[in-house]
Amino acid sequence: MAILVIAEHDNASLKGATLNTVTAAAAIGGDIHVLVAGHNAGAAAAAAAQVAGVAKVLHADDAGLGASLAENVAAQVLALASGYSHILFPATASGKNVAPRVAAKLDVAQISDIIKVISPDTFDRPVYAGNAIATVQSADAVKVITVRTTGFDPAVMGGSAAVEAVATVAGNGKASFVGREVTKSDRPELTAAKIIVSGGRALGSSEKFNEVLTPLADKLGAALGASRAAVDAGYAPNDWQVGQTGKIVAPGLYVACGISGAIQHLAGMKDSKVIVAINKDPEAPIFSVADYGLEADLFVAVPELISAL
Amino acid sequence: MKVLVPVKRVVDYNVKVRVKSDGTGVDIANVKMSMNPFDEIAVEEAVRLKEKGAVTEVIAVSCGVAQCQETLRTAMAIGADRAILVETDVELQPLAVAKLLKALVDKEQPGLIILGKQAIDDDCNQTGQMLAALADLPQATFASKVEVADGVATVTREVDGGLETLKVSLPAVITTDLRLNEPRYVTLPNIMKAKKKPLETIKPEDLGVDVTPRIKTLTVSEPPKRGAGVKVADVAALVAKLKNEAKVI
Repeated sequence: MAILVIAEHDNASLKGATLNTVTAAAAIGGDIHVLVAGHNAGAAAAAAAQVAGVAKVLHADDAGLGASLAENVAAQVLALASGYSHILFPATASGKNVAPRVAAKLDVAQISDIIKVISPDTFDRPVYAGNAIATVQSADAVKVITVRTTGFDPAVMGGSAAVEAVATVAGNGKASFVGREVTKSDRPELTAAKIIVSGGRALGSSEKFNEVLTPLADKLGAALGASRAAVDAGYAPNDWQVGQTGKIVAPGLYVACGISGAIQHLAGMKDSKVIVAINKDPEAPIFSVADYGLEADLFVAVPELISAL
Repeated sequence: MKVLVPVKRVVDYNVKVRVKSDGTGVDIANVKMSMNPFDEIAVEEAVRLKEKGAVTEVIAVSCGVAQCQETLRTAMAIGADRAILVETDVELQPLAVAKLLKALVDKEQPGLIILGKQAIDDDCNQTGQMLAALADLPQATFASKVEVADGVATVTREVDGGLETLKVSLPAVITTDLRLNEPRYVTLPNIMKAKKKPLETIKPEDLGVDVTPRIKTLTVSEPPKRGAGVKVADVAALVAKLKNEAKVI
């Protein structure tokens, strides 16, 4: 039995989500091969070869794979799919985009967002915004899976697998890449951060959001996140949204400032190790999951916290 | 150009579901059901494209039990012109729905299929991509902006770390993210009008699709409970707890 893990990368470097996915593959058991499909992504392939537990890295290098278009990446995966019992993607924007195309073409069901491997054909996955955990079994010959990265520890480095160049396949040419606006930031990535400072509607404006929370995030070396209400109101960029349908995070410390704690938000952060809630409403549901709750006006408490750190 | 908009009937997003004590599923008897919020955004986007003159007809589709008719009536109250219900009592999984939709795409030949990126009940995030693969169409998922002109859709997508823009040739599949639009409130006159719009009911067999589930749910359980912690009196107490007790800073 062999398992194919589709690497998450930006051509220049391997993304952390790949490491959690390798750990999920190891829990299933079998030879683990990692596919790095990209353009001039040799460095990412070399990094994948150093992940402990990886037996082989398949490197597909083609201009058509550079932008990670779903059509092209799926075609590349399908060309390599035979011989694998499991095909695993990290449940990132990119993984979620490609995996169902692969599953549909193989005529197999996809198992989304697994958080635990029970056996090679049985997995736990959250449903209803994490309010229930379903244990599901697949009868299909090939299991196409997306892995919720917060459910698995990252694999460690220290391996030395061979990197094998594989033949590339052309996409269907019906989609083309125009451009990408990636937020440039020195902060850690939201899904990989050890500490997250997150803000809600109580911040009141985009200016206040930055003015109050940025210094705290700077002081803690934290990533910034936001509730849906804050994003909808335009206080924070879309990709900062933490929740059921946004980013799922599980940092060591999550500081929720002025977030009431709707179930959809809790679904995205309740696996954090330590949760701090700062909110002036004593009845806010966020307090029901917070390890440390501070009932206070965040505009007073956050600056105080910054100077106390 | 026609637009096909698949919509799903799900437990309303305000309902906190309970896991049944026998572990067979969640209790959805007597809970409020609504249109999946992402699908509502999809209907709104299709209707706006029609209002702009980019499309001529909006067809809503739902696959599932007879009560999905209510969901389709809501879609028509937002502005869809007609509806198709693929009626079955079988538990439908994304692959089966994608196959049903593929059969309808073959029949109706829409220029665009717009649907929600994810249903808020099973949280799968699969159907649109699967449909695109089966119909060999390009896809633009997690859309936050859509422009249609000259047989091409230019779509801004929400991706990790920012936004990405793609051009896809039509026909194409687009899945919606939260910020694409804010669906209108449905007015009473439009609800009345929707009752008179055509709703066709067919069966999966009519489309020649086998909808047998591929994945078996063995048990459904409660997630581990996270207990409430303590309230701290002030910032100094909070910092002390974080440093000495939690040791996270």
